[in-house]
Amino acid sequence: MVKINDVTKLYGDTAVVDHVSMTIPKGKITSFIGPNGAGKSTLLSIVSRLIAKDEGEVLIDGEEVSMTNNKDLAKKLSILKQANDINVRLTVRQLVSFGRFPYSQGRLTDIDKKMIDSSIHYMELETMENKFLDQLSGGQKQRAYIAMVIAQDTEYILLDEPLNNLDMKHSVQIMKVLRRLADELGKTIVIVLHDVNFASVYSDYIVALRDGKVIKKGPTEEIIRNGVLKEVYDMDIKIQDIDQCRICLYFS
Amino acid sequence: MKYKVLIPVLIILSILSIFIGVVPLSFTDIFNLTTQQQQIILVSRIPRLISIVLAGIGLSVSGLIMQQLSRNKFVSPTTAGTMDSARLGILVAMMFFHQATPLERMFVAFIFSISGTLIFMKILDKVKFKDPIFIPLVGLMFGNIVGSITTFIAYQNDLIQNMSSWLQGNFALILEGRYELLYISVPLVVLSYIFAHRFTIAGMGEDFAKNLGLHYNLVVNTGLIIVALITSVVILTAGTIPFLGLIIPNIVSIYRGDHLKNSLPFTALLGAVFLLASDIIGRVIIFPYEVAIGVIVGVVGSFIFLYLIMRRSAYES
Repeated sequence: MVKINDVTKLYGDTAVVDHVSMTIPKGKITSFIGPNGAGKSTLLSIVSRLIAKDEGEVLIDGEEVSMTNNKDLAKKLSILKQANDINVRLTVRQLVSFGRFPYSQGRLTDIDKKMIDSSIHYMELETMENKFLDQLSGGQKQRAYIAMVIAQDTEYILLDEPLNNLDMKHSVQIMKVLRRLADELGKTIVIVLHDVNFASVYSDYIVALRDGKVIKKGPTEEIIRNGVLKEVYDMDIKIQDIDQCRICLYFS
Repeated sequence: MKYKVLIPVLIILSILSIFIGVVPLSFTDIFNLTTQQQQIILVSRIPRLISIVLAGIGLSVSGLIMQQLSRNKFVSPTTAGTMDSARLGILVAMMFFHQATPLERMFVAFIFSISGTLIFMKILDKVKFKDPIFIPLVGLMFGNIVGSITTFIAYQNDLIQNMSSWLQGNFALILEGRYELLYISVPLVVLSYIFAHRFTIAGMGEDFAKNLGLHYNLVVNTGLIIVALITSVVILTAGTIPFLGLIIPNIVSIYRGDHLKNSLPFTALLGAVFLLASDIIGRVIIFPYEVAIGVIVGVVGSFIFLYLIMRRSAYES
């Protein structure tokens, strides 16, 4: 379980994350939504120890993240930030193999190789596993990174805007994979999302943030409501049920 | 590009290198060498061959590590101020420690080159404009500033001529007893191979490395220390050899990718072959005189560098 207690992060005098507390439920998908500058990504980076916090505590299975051994934490929690800018000539397979680094430190065992194979299979990357990343499209690259995270085989998977720069087809594909990871493998997934509709359709819980504060948190159907969204986005958003999905109409 | 090709080429070039020189020595002499010929081989030709191979391996591996850690294909000891800082260190050693042994000089040069490299990496952190061409330009500017300081101090102290011997790489002066410092690069190259996996991950960025539980700073600093040490010993024995650390890793990257476990042995081998070939060309082109190897590598290297830049911009558009 991830427990966030009264976490604050200051840049100068402004609090980008302001006394945030929450508990992230196990085996579910939790989405962070909110306008630009709400502190979603910063909060995600704090939970994954990439950024140091100024106040409060983040407990993962009862242990403070900043005190946990780096190597041990890498077997428990993975974080994927937007990674489309990296232009290295690594093959998909080499990238996915990095996911096993916390376990084998680079000397792959048979178990590692099996994990790598199944992750590549899971993301349907078999046909391009020996291609270099700089030869792939944005969507394929993103899938390769997610395959690496799957190979890392952590209980907690944190993703910072995984749908950035992806077209509709690939966005849906990735969200479906995340859904399967939660439902079939029992992974706890936390994602930062920009599009409320993806959050609405695919997540179990939503945390709505604004100006570094939690406006409201709870099961998806409690958050995707006209009143809550108005408070978060400052927009009058109509909500309609289409095929049992709650769709936000924010275009006008 | 295969080992099957590169290894025989290296062996052939090595044999050629032993037989080319002002004192005539032909393949048929090998079984009844005169004492003079024996001397030449042992005191001059073999030390020269070994030092070229070691310098070629060392510099290209250094370039590879720097490019990986800075995440920029155009960074190398020549374009990051490492070489210029090492030279400043040599000058300081000459001025203040007259009686310094080569090892002590190397240590002073190392302190300067590691400081220079760290300053460059700090500048990289601060620079917001991360254009791949812009960063090596910053490095060249920084190197030129350090170089100007070196020249100024040397000029004030009548050491210009002493310094100029370190400005241009030259293996002609290598004799037995004057190159052994280069052996220090052997364990360093082995160490970088052991760290190859970690360097590759560190090259993916700090967040990426931390996610995998890697001690990012430790790995980066280890890499920079290896680079600074190798650069220092090469400058002290052979002098400055430009572009080698830049072009060799780039060529290898095209064919072998950026995973250092795959590319590092190849980079080392190609570096040795390239430098040895350049040295042989320099020795025969105006025989019996010699063109300094730094010039040959500089001329050939700058053309390849230009090609790489143009290929890159064609690729990006």
